Amino acid sequence: MNPLVQLAAEAEKENPLIPPWPELVIGLIAFVIVFGFLAKKLLPNINKVLEQRREAIEGGIEKAEAAQTEAQSVLEQYKAQLAEARHEAARLRQEAQEQGATLIAEMRAEGQRQREEIIAAGHSQLDADRKAASSALRQDVGQLATELAGKLVGESLEDHARQSRTIDRFLDGLDETASKAEATR
Amino acid sequence: MSADPTQVLAFETDCHLFDGCGFPAPGLHSFLFEPLMGDADGNGLYFNKPMLLALLGSIIVVGFFWAAFSKPKLVPGKLQMVAEAGYDFVRRGVVYETIGKKEGEKYVPLAVALFFFIWMMNVWSIVPVAAFPVTSIIAYPIVLAAIVYITWVSLTFKRHGFVGAFKNFTGYDKSLGPVLPLAMLIEFFSNLLVRPFTHAVRLFANMFAGHTLLLLFTIASWYMLNGIGIAYSAVSFVMVIVMTAFELFIQAVQAYVFVLLTCTFIQGALAEHH
Repeated sequence: MNPLVQLAAEAEKENPLIPPWPELVIGLIAFVIVFGFLAKKLLPNINKVLEQRREAIEGGIEKAEAAQTEAQSVLEQYKAQLAEARHEAARLRQEAQEQGATLIAEMRAEGQRQREEIIAAGHSQLDADRKAASSALRQDVGQLATELAGKLVGESLEDHARQSRTIDRFLDGLDETASKAEATR
Repeated sequence: MSADPTQVLAFETDCHLFDGCGFPAPGLHSFLFEPLMGDADGNGLYFNKPMLLALLGSIIVVGFFWAAFSKPKLVPGKLQMVAEAGYDFVRRGVVYETIGKKEGEKYVPLAVALFFFIWMMNVWSIVPVAAFPVTSIIAYPIVLAAIVYITWVSLTFKRHGFVGAFKNFTGYDKSLGPVLPLAMLIEFFSNLLVRPFTHAVRLFANMFAGHTLLLLFTIASWYMLNGIGIAYSAVSFVMVIVMTAFELFIQAVQAYVFVLLTCTFIQGALAEHH
């Protein structure tokens, strides 16, 4: 009998919706093979790797973020240091200026003082010189005048006191005339 | 496979238009195969072509994922990248979308295994020499639908207890008032009896119809290859190519729909009844 005709005859008896037992068993076995391998070994395998990959990517991102924040903080630190240095430099300059100014002022005051001292010393020296000169002069003039007067008058003036009084009066008269002459000038 | 060509091809190879033999239309017999081993009466170990394809298919799926995931790398190679994309599609695109990330994680292996298993079984349809979608034999969708059914029904009992599960199955809602008993009856019938049946048959019927169409145009291309029929044969052959491309699309869609429904059922089982 032709196998096709035989098959067709069999097909007439069979309902395509009624499953034959052997195929149910084979179908179950075939699916269980796939499910078993996937569920027990292969999918856990790949899940682990996917998780690792996710972590690796997130770890990379975290690392990059950390590096960026560090760079940021270093930059800020650097900027702060720079500003501080600038501030310090400005302060030093200011201080130097102030110091210079006080130094100049001190020097000026000192100079002034010294000048005044020198002037004062000069004045007193002058005064003393003048006084010494005038007293010396007074004695000399007195002596000269006395000698002159003695010679002229021809008499010795014994009375020393009177003599000196006379001389003084004469000199005072001289002084007076001198100061008068100075005042009128 | 057998040397007898009639066992490989689903139609007579020496029959053409005008040769006096009728059109060997595809039918239910196209989905029956001479056993490669044993026979249907239980003599010896019964083994036929769809069974071979089913086992071969599962070995291919496992082999693919084994090659991709057995020694996974942090920086994936090409194969691992492709497998990861497929895995991620089911995990994120189906499971997380329906059940949610927290509850769904447990069901990701089931969904992934279902998706790639069904897809592979469907793709056999357009693989040369194999040229048969394993899922067009009702037994295979029934096994898968039964696994899903057992999963979500047991999950409902575990989550809500007996009364809660009953309310969940029947969509118990007091606000329905007098219609409640009827609604409960319909819901119970729809959820527990119709749902697994349609779940399995949807996949089966799509692949069954697709394979029948492909067969129809393929047989027609060959059958009309005689005299004036050659022109019609060319048209039919174009249809074979178009249908093959269409089937490629349908195969992926049906695998996706099956897994999506699976996730929806599980989500319904986990949901609090309202």
